[in-house]
Amino acid sequence: MSFFSNFFNKKNTAPVAKDRLQILLAHERSSQTSNSDLLQKLQKEIMEVIQKHIAIDQEKIHVKVDRGNDFSTLEIDIEVPQQNKTNN
Amino acid sequence: MAKVIVVTSGKGGVGKTTSTAAIGAALAQTGQNVVVIDFDVGLRNLDLVMGAERRVVFDFVNVIQGEAALSQALIKDKRVETLYILAASQTRDKDALTEEGVGKVIAELREKFDWIICDSPAGIEKGAKMAMHFADEAIIITNPEVSSVRDSDRIIGILDSTTDKAQKGEKIPKHLLITRYAASRASRGDMLNTDDILEILSIPLIGIVPESEDVLKASNLGSPITLSAPNSPAARAYSEAVKRLQGEKIEVTVPTDKKGFFDWLIGRNK
Ligand SMILES: Nc1ncnc2c1ncn2[C@@H]1O[C@H](COP(=O)(O)OP(=O)(O)OP(=O)(O)O)[C@@H](O)[C@H]1O
Ligand SMILES: [Mg+2]
Repeated sequence: MSFFSNFFNKKNTAPVAKDRLQILLAHERSSQTSNSDLLQKLQKEIMEVIQKHIAIDQEKIHVKVDRGNDFSTLEIDIEVPQQNKTNN
Repeated sequence: MAKVIVVTSGKGGVGKTTSTAAIGAALAQTGQNVVVIDFDVGLRNLDLVMGAERRVVFDFVNVIQGEAALSQALIKDKRVETLYILAASQTRDKDALTEEGVGKVIAELREKFDWIICDSPAGIEKGAKMAMHFADEAIIITNPEVSSVRDSDRIIGILDSTTDKAQKGEKIPKHLLITRYAASRASRGDMLNTDDILEILSIPLIGIVPESEDVLKASNLGSPITLSAPNSPAARAYSEAVKRLQGEKIEVTVPTDKKGFFDWLIGRNK
């Protein structure tokens, strides 16, 4: 049976499912025990710092996270208002 | 004008989340602005089925409680430009979904999106009631099986009595989506057939999605089936359902069991 299923399916999807779950669960478990998600914390504090220095709408700060196996990335996009350019 | 659709069933595991992802993606593929919302607080799964699980930072409850702006919690799909996801909280409980809070978020989403698709949790508790409360229309997911049909009937009653629309004396349009339909069992007469279900529930049919391995593969990959296997029978069923949702009049086709030469060769019967 497995011969046939491997033969006919170009790509098996189960390994992808396993990888995705392992990454997700590793993050979920650690965030439950330490009761705080580092990325969420980082993001919150970074935003507070930004808002301390620039009067900016929360909506203009876009934060994207990608949790990975070996490392995660935190990407921050800030739409800095025009007038700050001249102030610099 | 924005439309809020709740995907609900009463019974668990019938395909609400799978259908929310497929329907949301199919709508977005036609260029509409779509957000799918997970109301299953504590047991979120829509993010996983949509393949966005690694990118959740803020969730629905964070927005309700003012810990994040809506725009920060919306996760943009990587494949379809106009598709967004709002994840459920994994750590709070369902009491975090207050009527006032949910109402505010839905009102804000109405300004930005054409379609707001709410993935209901199973049951008839608070989470399920909040998912349907602000809906303009409902999609009832039913499996061809007695307990699922019974629970659907129960949910229809709740839609007609407790929702915002019901309380204003308005009717909430309902669409029946039969999922996990196994043609082989139907032809053997071992499964409730479509006519039986329609007769019992008496709401209009929006589609029949076959039981299919393609659906399982799609969730393994974290991609709605209408994106990962658009030509599969299940994806076609979802795409057609979406056309009906948009008002097109197309005949619903009952899935049949197309047996291949290989099945015949090894004498696999139905
Ligand atoms: N058409 C289908 N063919 C085969 N498997 C399916 C189909 N639709 C759903 N499934 C499978 O059924 C299971 C339950 O689906 P899903 O999570 O979408 O249900 P649900 O109604 O959201 O469940 P819950 O009530 O727990 O939220 C999943 O494993 C899913 O892959
Ligand atoms: Mg679900």
